[in-house]
Amino acid sequence: MPSLLFCGPKMAACGMVISIWGVIMLAMLGIFFSANSAVLIEDVPFTEEDIWEDKQPPQRIYALYRQVGINCFIAAAIYVAVGAISLCQVRLNKRQEYMVT
Amino acid sequence: MVFRSEEMCLAQLFLQSGSEYDCISELGELGLVEFRDLNPSVSSFQRRFVSEIKRCEEMERILGFLLREIQKAKIAVPQEDESPLAPPPRQVLEIMEQLQRLEMELSEVAKNKDKLQRNLLELTEYTHMLKITRTFIHSRSRVSLILTQPLYEEFPTMETDSATGSTGMQRLGAKLGFVSGLIQRVKVEAFERMLWRVCKGYTILSYTEVDESLADLDTGEISKSFVFLISFWGDQIGHKVQKICDCYHCHLYPHPENDEERADVLDSLRTRIQDLNNVLHRTDDYLRQVLQKAAESAYTWVVQVKKMKAIYHILNLCSFDVTNKCLIAEVWCPVSDLANLRGALEKGSRKGDATVPSFVNRIPSSDTPPTLLRSNKFTTGFQSIVEAYGVGDYREVSPAPYTVITFPFLFAVMFGDLGHGVIMSLFALWMVLTEKNQNKKRSSNEIWMTFFHGRYIILMMGLFSIYTGLIYNDCFSKSLNIFGSGWSVKAMFTNQHNKTVQTNALLTLDPNVSGVFSGPYPFGIDPIWNLAVNRLSFLNSYKMKMSVIVGVIHMSFGVVLSVFNHLHFRQKFSVYLLFLPELLFLICLFGYLVFMILYKWLAFSARNSSQAPSILIHFINMFLEFNLVGLISQTGMQVFLLLIAVMCVPVLLLGKPLYLYWQQRGGKGLRRLNISCTALQFDFADVLLHQAIHTIEFCLGCISNTASYLRLWALSLAHAQLSEVLWAMVMRLGFKVTTEVGVVFLVPVFGLFAMLTVSILLVMEGLSAFLHALRLHWVEFQNKFYHGTGVKFLPFDFSQLPSVFEQDGLL
Repeated sequence: MPSLLFCGPKMAACGMVISIWGVIMLAMLGIFFSANSAVLIEDVPFTEEDIWEDKQPPQRIYALYRQVGINCFIAAAIYVAVGAISLCQVRLNKRQEYMVT
Repeated sequence: MVFRSEEMCLAQLFLQSGSEYDCISELGELGLVEFRDLNPSVSSFQRRFVSEIKRCEEMERILGFLLREIQKAKIAVPQEDESPLAPPPRQVLEIMEQLQRLEMELSEVAKNKDKLQRNLLELTEYTHMLKITRTFIHSRSRVSLILTQPLYEEFPTMETDSATGSTGMQRLGAKLGFVSGLIQRVKVEAFERMLWRVCKGYTILSYTEVDESLADLDTGEISKSFVFLISFWGDQIGHKVQKICDCYHCHLYPHPENDEERADVLDSLRTRIQDLNNVLHRTDDYLRQVLQKAAESAYTWVVQVKKMKAIYHILNLCSFDVTNKCLIAEVWCPVSDLANLRGALEKGSRKGDATVPSFVNRIPSSDTPPTLLRSNKFTTGFQSIVEAYGVGDYREVSPAPYTVITFPFLFAVMFGDLGHGVIMSLFALWMVLTEKNQNKKRSSNEIWMTFFHGRYIILMMGLFSIYTGLIYNDCFSKSLNIFGSGWSVKAMFTNQHNKTVQTNALLTLDPNVSGVFSGPYPFGIDPIWNLAVNRLSFLNSYKMKMSVIVGVIHMSFGVVLSVFNHLHFRQKFSVYLLFLPELLFLICLFGYLVFMILYKWLAFSARNSSQAPSILIHFINMFLEFNLVGLISQTGMQVFLLLIAVMCVPVLLLGKPLYLYWQQRGGKGLRRLNISCTALQFDFADVLLHQAIHTIEFCLGCISNTASYLRLWALSLAHAQLSEVLWAMVMRLGFKVTTEVGVVFLVPVFGLFAMLTVSILLVMEGLSAFLHALRLHWVEFQNKFYHGTGVKFLPFDFSQLPSVFEQDGLL
């Protein structure tokens, strides 16, 4: 079985840090988007028609909010996976270092 | 952390001749005192213990050689936690002997190894040569080869090449000679050309590259070589060929006559090579064994030699008292440590073999002692950034304890972002929690070591940034709505037609309309400002005023601290003639400005805000217009304050010089200042000049320094804008696609956002805010009271001494 190690210790550590940060921040963003926070209005990609041609305003905007929120949650899940991979890499690096010295 | 530096005293140590080494060793372990050089006029070669130091340096040289060999063999040197004590003089000879023996053994083994390797190279080259020339002789496709074995000389061959006329050869009956060997690839073409020119075509050269690249032992490089075979006829040509080969540094080997001889030689070479390889392996193993054994005690030796050399260096600083047969040393010692000093001397005397114990004698001195400020691992960082500006004078008030709080606070005012503060704090927390491991690792990366030494500073900066981030309500450029905004949009537009709301892109919320503004946000800035277009107008006004208030308070604090210096150095007149005018000048002008800012914030509300006066116009008018209309009115009070401030200037300028002049003339109530003061010649012009410079610096400095604090506003604005731009231009791209495919964009965009945040906003902005906060401390704050012209106390401490080997990276 070829070695599963593909990045050095520093890159694996960076990967871990960014994954943990990504999980926490994207999860919180997901929660805030789902709660229809007003501060995030600029980040929701609505168009003119979403404002003017809405039969029951602001349901279309709310729907967009929910979609972006779900995207954030999925991205957070992906970062959990990236974090797990980085953790494996860190462990493999430690084991290799232990074997060499 | 202390208010001012410790009291020091000059002490004389009388070290009895048997126990001086042990006493100094004890003192070095404890790191209590700083030794003074009692023989400054003596050169280092004429001092008493110069032969011992030479011995130590010889040992260091051998240790350096040993460590380099160990490093080459890639053996790790185990380091112990407890450093060994300095060895007594009788043990020194043992160590010296061991080291010398090791050196001899190592150099002998290295020499032998070299010889064996040369031998091996020769044999390998010979083998290659034999194999390759075999192919020359047996190859029939090469037209240039007229190499016939001497056996066929009588008979003409079928491949007669008209180039050299082999038939002519046979007619003359001359014998063909062969020269074969190896030559480096870079020289081959030149060699060929030279041969052609010199021998005029009577030689034939054929060559092929050797597959294996061989190492040239003299230069150590690995290069390709070519095996060549020259055939010539005639003795004269033979000599010439020989000389040319010598000139080009070819390795020549005897060419065998026929195939059987060749096969025999090849066989014997093979066995010899095998034997040599064996011997080389054994030599390597033996060398490794020797180095391994040496590596176990290498660390101990290094530390012992370092300590020994340091002790002899200190002993060279002492002077020898012939009558008492003891060494006298002069040391600076903190008064509080005198008991420890006595204890150390007693311990040393007991270890050594002197009959009389060594003792300490405190002597009075008129020199300025060095400054010692004790600090622990938390305060060391802040202490070092204060000392980077200048070490405090002896017994001067130290700004370091206040820097612990004000420095991170001023940094945070400029950095103020909750998210960035959290990341910074977590990074610093990780460094703090793993500090034991990091201390052991002792990396050689200077930038990392700088960050690591400042870990507590970074931790404080991060925590304070979280606080200011909550106040500015800024987290990665978005505001958090924790308590519920105080502004209501609905209340503004309930009575309006839908037309206003539908036709305008921007809507104004008027706080005077009932229900719109229900009260200030409990903590920090209201989150609705994040959505407002006039956000910057509001924040700029707030931040500028806040910067001026913080600045005036910081500077006044600095001026107040100078009182303690004046009182300690027994210059009570300075309190009335320096401190009071300075404080009044600052407070009457800029304190009044701060008062106006605070009053305007409190006295005017949304209802009468249109009538609120401009503070800036009032402040300027204070200087330009003098109406004495009514003393009780505001203009009257302003004139009064201005007059006080203006009157402070001549007091500041002339007060101290005139007072000192009057005192020197023998004025009444002559106070006995320090003996040194009255002993000095009082130069009126000098004092007046200094005081004039100080006055101008202070008065003009007040204005420029207050304006300088506006950088707090400028940098916090820059940070907020950078943060916003990063979010809008990077992170927003990740949200553009709303279907599930959008995740494909969101994941890498977030990674990019994270990396840019760390590199631009944390590292670059962090360093920038750090630098500006530091400048504010060094110039604006410390200018008011700190001299910083002292000398730092450097105790004789073994753990502080740098090791030459560590710097070379050998240990």
